[in-house]
Amino acid sequence: MNDVRTLHVEEITACVARLCIKANTLLPAPMLGLLQNACVEEPYDPAKETLCLICENARIARERNLPICQDTGMAVVYMDIGQDVHLVGGSLEAAVQAGVAKGYQEGYLRKSVVADPIRRDNTGDNTPAVLHVRLVEGDRVKLTVAPKGFGSENMSRLAMLMPSDGLSGVIDFVVETARLAGANPCPPMVLGVGLGGTFERVAELAKEALCLEREGPHPDPFYGALEEELLERINALGIGPQGFGGQTTALRVRILASPTHIAGLPVAVNMGCHVTRHAQEIL
Amino acid sequence: MSVIHLTAPMSKEDLAALSCGDNVLLSGVIYTARDAAHARLCAALDARETLPVDLVGQTVFYAGPTPAMPGMPIGAIGPTTSVRMDAYTPALLTYGIHAMIGKGQRGEEVREAIRKQGAVYFAAIGGCAAYMAACVTDCQVVAYEDLGTESIKRLVVKDLPLTVAIDARGNDYYRLGMHMYASSM
Repeated sequence: MNDVRTLHVEEITACVARLCIKANTLLPAPMLGLLQNACVEEPYDPAKETLCLICENARIARERNLPICQDTGMAVVYMDIGQDVHLVGGSLEAAVQAGVAKGYQEGYLRKSVVADPIRRDNTGDNTPAVLHVRLVEGDRVKLTVAPKGFGSENMSRLAMLMPSDGLSGVIDFVVETARLAGANPCPPMVLGVGLGGTFERVAELAKEALCLEREGPHPDPFYGALEEELLERINALGIGPQGFGGQTTALRVRILASPTHIAGLPVAVNMGCHVTRHAQEIL
Repeated sequence: MSVIHLTAPMSKEDLAALSCGDNVLLSGVIYTARDAAHARLCAALDARETLPVDLVGQTVFYAGPTPAMPGMPIGAIGPTTSVRMDAYTPALLTYGIHAMIGKGQRGEEVREAIRKQGAVYFAAIGGCAAYMAACVTDCQVVAYEDLGTESIKRLVVKDLPLTVAIDARGNDYYRLGMHMYASSM
């Protein structure tokens, strides 16, 4: 039998707070790399100027500890908890929410959460975060904080396609989502695409696809080719950075596919902006 | 590309001289207002109440900044998506605001209201909030303090980089820019 590792939830609170601040001020290196590359490759001068300013902004944020974007998001927290970990010291949910409140207060981050979607009173500390807990093997806890801005979140879409719609139906839906989004999600955009599962699972897959820590192409060549085709088709739309025209409409498309029902072909696109960010730690 | 230097508040004559696609560096006084403040302003207009701040002739910036760090006038600041303000914009233009700063396309009704009033809609680059923070030299909450980031703030800005997105004749750079790119390729 494996030994059980004890972890105090105070460590989780402190870690979540650190990650909220880090995610909002430090653009992940792969995103910065994609932006810098686009800045070199973009042939249309007005678009190129915009991309350069976006890169400059990321530099200033990093050097001055300022948020990259004023929309520091609603926090989405993923926890992969090893099944040999025993959490002590209080409620896990409360510890995570306390970490978000602490991070958003101490990091001078914006409080963008309202308690009720209709009555709309600001909760004042950016809680509650959306918490996804997964049980995994081992005795570690992996924490990911992904602050999600709503300029892009609002342009996300989900459809329950029919199996007969097939691959071309999926491509049309994803490209149409980018076209409809236009200038609103702060292009160059990043797309997380979920395929399969159920109604709720496909949306989760799309969000997870935005935070994938993956270097190189999709492990399945079929989806690798689809990611490339989608990126090419979206960039052919000519929306460009900020929607004023250009080659660079999207920086990245990531797909996560999952088994689904014989009657279904769920597809979801979670739209991300050029400040698509997350930070991760293992405890 | 040439850049036009302007000082806010801007007169209708200043605005009439601008064409969509122009790059502008804006200095002077502007006011933040986003979703919740727009809802309150328009409710006050509907009720024929006096607004808590006189916005006639002013520029409204659709923005909710992050809190200022000690010793700084403001935190990170940048435009939010303008289309959410479309429901309120024609009423505010009729009331007398002269210009708006945001990001993204506007609806046809707003474009027409801009043309009719000789107003201008400027776009700022979304997600460049650390850069724009350095363009703000002063920030004072002037109304709806309980709204936190959504309160109305009076900003003094210096060389805020903007693009004319809809000019006073109703020309829309979100349409034109994509055409210009397509024909340049």
